[in-house]
Amino acid sequence: MGLLEKIFGSRAAVTQLPSGSITVDRAGKIVSSTVSSAYPAHLLQAVAKEVLALLREARAAQMPLAEVSIHFASLRITARELRGGAIIFLFPQTALSPASD
Amino acid sequence: MENQHKILVLDDDADWLELSREMLTQLPSKPEIRTATSGKRALAMLDGESFRLLICDLKMPRIDGLQVLAIVRRRFPELRTVVLSALEDEDFRSRAYALGVDMFWLKTEMQGNLQMYLECLESLLGRDQDGGFRGIQSKSLMDIIQMECLTRSSSVLRITRGSLVARLWIQGGELTDAEAEGARGEAAFRRILTWKSGTFENLPAEPNRKRTIVKPVNALLLESAQAIDESGAGAADTSDQTVQVHRRTVWKLSLLTRAGAEFVITVPPEGQGVHEVMGTQAQTAEQYANWTRRTAAIIKRMGDAVDAGPLLHLDAKNQERQLLLLPRENKDFLVGWSLEAGEGLLEKSKKMVEQWDS
Repeated sequence: MGLLEKIFGSRAAVTQLPSGSITVDRAGKIVSSTVSSAYPAHLLQAVAKEVLALLREARAAQMPLAEVSIHFASLRITARELRGGAIIFLFPQTALSPASD
Repeated sequence: MENQHKILVLDDDADWLELSREMLTQLPSKPEIRTATSGKRALAMLDGESFRLLICDLKMPRIDGLQVLAIVRRRFPELRTVVLSALEDEDFRSRAYALGVDMFWLKTEMQGNLQMYLECLESLLGRDQDGGFRGIQSKSLMDIIQMECLTRSSSVLRITRGSLVARLWIQGGELTDAEAEGARGEAAFRRILTWKSGTFENLPAEPNRKRTIVKPVNALLLESAQAIDESGAGAADTSDQTVQVHRRTVWKLSLLTRAGAEFVITVPPEGQGVHEVMGTQAQTAEQYANWTRRTAAIIKRMGDAVDAGPLLHLDAKNQERQLLLLPRENKDFLVGWSLEAGEGLLEKSKKMVEQWDS
């Protein structure tokens, strides 16, 4: 390992993708979370804020959404509307993850 | 309103007629809607006025819809016809199409597909730019006259275009006389050749008709073609474009219908063109398009924040429908499906999107 550290320097800054669920109130505050505490809180907060914004935009467009799933290349985010807030599920996607429809 | 089309709706159910009238008032071209509760009454109305489209039920007392359509096809060959029936029997559908109807719709399918139905009707109402003479597809009047002369036939060609009627006398393969819009002879012939669409029928020859045209028919056709080319050179491009746009719309509507989706909206990035709508009303589409743009921006911020990679797709559901947002290189596609649309929607949507601009 010493040799590798000499060659590549300090280890690369790779953040693990979040896995678990969070509950957010209507103000965007995370009420409960099962995501590892090692995952940066400010990033979880950013996800929560954007999901609420997305649901809010849908309401403004006269098409309130009950559920939304965002499929990124490496992460799936599923959110259900919860009395103004939301419950958000985060699933990292791997080659072995089941295909979703 | 000189260009206002007239639609005649024939159904023995007075309540349905009232409902139809309400639905058809949503057509963008705002046609005049007339109704009839019996085949006899409808035929009398068609005799008395000029209609563009007949929407006909099949199951009716006394004269049924198929009988009406058979008569209409013979007497009013220019009239567009649509069957709107509650009969889900495939046999009726085949028989109606065999009678030359332009479209067959089930009343039971109307509720979920009203917008598509209206778009199809609007397309039928505006289809007189397509050209060609009914009965012989894609053949111009020049082709028809040449065929008559080459076969050395003797007949009278009666050509109808809306309320205009013209006649061409052909004797032993030679054009001997023409009559149209108050003109006679070569002038009438040139006028007839400017008609781009219509219907024609062969009447028995009149060998005793006085000859007014002595020039060979090919010389006349050549002269007329040159005159038409010279006068219409500027208009040709516009007309071609209109036909292309129309074809693309029909192609997209058929994709939508085959897949069973409710609507498709394509949304280019802000400031790079307007959204395109197929299957839903303009006002709703505007809301959806705006939502799609804002959502795409939100998702991009979210993806960048957590390093989740590019967006593959988004699916969403509310009490009315399911939505799929598919990002593509130069625009986003929002596809709407009913809640009963079943499974495999992602694959169906992807397939439709891939074919959309082909």
